Amino acid sequence: MSLRGNKKERMSTEINAGSMADIAFLLLIFFLVTTTINSEKGLPVKLPPWSDEEVDPTQLNTRNVYSVLVNLNNDLLVRNEPMDIADLRENAKEFIMNPTGREDLAESPKKAIISLKNDRGTRYETYLQVYNELKGAYNEIWETESQRKYNASYDDLPIPQKKEIQKVIPLIISEAEPVDVAGGGGN
Amino acid sequence: MSKFSKKRGSSSPGISTASLPDIVFMLLFFFMVVTVIRENELKVDVTIPMASELRKLENKSLTTYMFIGKPMRRYQGQYGDAPQLQLNDKFANKNQIPFFLEEKKLKVEERLRDKMITSLRIDNDVTMGFVTDVKTELRKAEQLRVNYAATQGDVVK
Repeated sequence: MSLRGNKKERMSTEINAGSMADIAFLLLIFFLVTTTINSEKGLPVKLPPWSDEEVDPTQLNTRNVYSVLVNLNNDLLVRNEPMDIADLRENAKEFIMNPTGREDLAESPKKAIISLKNDRGTRYETYLQVYNELKGAYNEIWETESQRKYNASYDDLPIPQKKEIQKVIPLIISEAEPVDVAGGGGN
Repeated sequence: MSKFSKKRGSSSPGISTASLPDIVFMLLFFFMVVTVIRENELKVDVTIPMASELRKLENKSLTTYMFIGKPMRRYQGQYGDAPQLQLNDKFANKNQIPFFLEEKKLKVEERLRDKMITSLRIDNDVTMGFVTDVKTELRKAEQLRVNYAATQGDVVK
């Protein structure tokens, strides 16, 4: 009897892991509080270098310039026509590629230039949406071009081939200095 | 038969909590992997816009953050409710941008300096006048790689 009891005591000499959960919870809560969920995504843009003399896109052949104006009330004026932001992408695509060879659209994708101008009072959200749509138009064009040429998705292409496509269809967005209409929100 | 029933009756097995640490550790590791340690304490309210053509920021150590938005309520008494620029932990003036960028540049290896990216986290309601001024400063400082922070979503419903 006594022998048996001894054996049992020896068997039960394990480390008590009951407090392990508490420690882990403590660490977990610490990390929850001090960290943020990784949401580091954004629209990459390359700004033009600073120069005092502004490039005037109006001096270019007007058929190659796709001018987008955003006013104080966040309305769009695209090539002197009011437009809804929902139609911008398709319209820009048509302008760049000019599939039907129209006289008033870009001569070739290489010559197409997008001129984006906004008011100082334009909301940032609208500006970014417009930028997003223009960039989206190019992304879609690049995608179709990549499918046609290499039979692969543009995102999967190696960099030299991406450059090749971008050479044929370059993304040129010229941003003019914003105009200040009636001192609109210029802070 | 009688032996079995006797055993069941005498011992009351509690639920084993031995696997609880494992579960919690698993959660812990999950959160450690998907999150980043917060570097800046935000002093401005920033709701970033939605956009669809997004790219992920690759290198965190090469990224400089700038925040633009309305000061949070507890700072509004001091700074007003007009949009403000925040660099590091402080409210800043546009004129401080070149110095701020230079400071960040010094912390980066020389060969990586032209790969530095400025991430602009700007609130939806900020007007473009402010944003353009900041962009002008960036262009003057030759920090041309910019990233407009946004969340994934469809612009056009």
